[in-house]
Amino acid sequence: MALLSKKDRGLILDPLADNNPITIQVLGICSALAITAQLKASIVMGISVMFVLGVGNVVISLMRNIIPSKIRIIVQLVVVAALVIIVDQVLKAFAYELSKTLSVFVGLIITNCIIMGRFEAFALGNGPWRSFLDGIGNAAGYALILVIVGFFRELLGSGTLLGFKVLGDPIAKTGLYGIGYENNGFMLLSPMALIVVGIIIWVQRSRNKALIEEN
Amino acid sequence: MEHVELFFKSIFIDNMVFATFLGMCSYLAVSKKVSTAVGLGAAVIFVLAVTVPMNWLLDQYVLRPGALTWLGPEYAEYDLSFLSFILFIATIATMVQLVEIVVEKFAPALYTSLGIFLPLIAVNCAILGGSLFMQSRDIATLGLAFNYGLASGIGWFLAILAIAAIREKIRYSNVPAPLRGLGITFIITGLMAIGFMSFGGMLTGGEEKTEKTDEAAQIETITQDKDAEEPLAEVSQELNNK
Repeated sequence: MALLSKKDRGLILDPLADNNPITIQVLGICSALAITAQLKASIVMGISVMFVLGVGNVVISLMRNIIPSKIRIIVQLVVVAALVIIVDQVLKAFAYELSKTLSVFVGLIITNCIIMGRFEAFALGNGPWRSFLDGIGNAAGYALILVIVGFFRELLGSGTLLGFKVLGDPIAKTGLYGIGYENNGFMLLSPMALIVVGIIIWVQRSRNKALIEEN
Repeated sequence: MEHVELFFKSIFIDNMVFATFLGMCSYLAVSKKVSTAVGLGAAVIFVLAVTVPMNWLLDQYVLRPGALTWLGPEYAEYDLSFLSFILFIATIATMVQLVEIVVEKFAPALYTSLGIFLPLIAVNCAILGGSLFMQSRDIATLGLAFNYGLASGIGWFLAILAIAAIREKIRYSNVPAPLRGLGITFIITGLMAIGFMSFGGMLTGGEEKTEKTDEAAQIETITQDKDAEEPLAEVSQELNNK
């Protein structure tokens, strides 16, 4: 880690836990919940956001001294929209099935609050390299929550992980199903994503008492 | 009838917050007090009802494959749909700005109550989501697009009003400390979403059911016929044997 000073490392590591964009900063919830029924979709979404936020942060940070502050929101939206179009076209070309599953939620990365939030809070006031690290760190924190939620929803909901039947075959009654285990189809429905995130918040805050909010 | 169906479907069944999780960020951030929640909700209804028809026109006459035919037959092959994100968001941002200016000029009272929320709304996922769902669901006419925008806005308004009312009251209950604030709001929203799923049977569910019961009835009659025939056949066979 000679490349990164201690401060820079903090930029990447803080958003993973104590300053997580989803559970602490409350940014980017919309897309986080809707596509987490499968682990694969969660991972792809995480990578897409990492690309958009990393590159977007650098672009905005390079332009930060020439953007008039009155129209900065529109400039930011145009930069994000251009990056998201790239992601969308790449997904359509190389992972068409997956892009169908993600449907409008790829487009909604544009209005993902993480992106605008980090542009406003960090990229407008810092140099390109640090902004890049901040973007990657925050997107990684976002992806981490997505992967956790996706992991539990897919494992408990359909008994698979990335499409592999890790718990045995529900029809042939092998593995866990042989002793009477049943899939909880409820986990695949969208409300359970909210409840899983709620539980993650609960676990995280009971481990770190400093994060507890006033009522 | 089409309009009524779309209206109720967008409010209850495809509710922006509970079915598709759009606009969650502002939903969670601005739902601490009922009065501010009402302000933001009204602004969302307003902006959705304006931008969805605008983007419908844009989609119909500029973006979708073959949409440019009105310029001349040689334009028929163009497919600009990859530009839809950037054009939709630009429309939304400019419309929000325009709406803000118009409202400030002609309805100062409304402006003071909506004022702070209007600029926030340009980056609310519910607004862009409304336009993108309008595009992906192939809404047929301009009237329906307006109806869809308005009804989705009302659905969002209902959701934020409900959660704000609950959050005002939950202050008096003894929530486990780590769950306070954000955590319990997530869980309540999850429970409300489960409640809203029961609306799923309201419109389309009923129709599917009648179709199913028709099919089921047919199957039953067929099986009954078979059942009825078999004993008869047996009886006749027995008779023959005798």
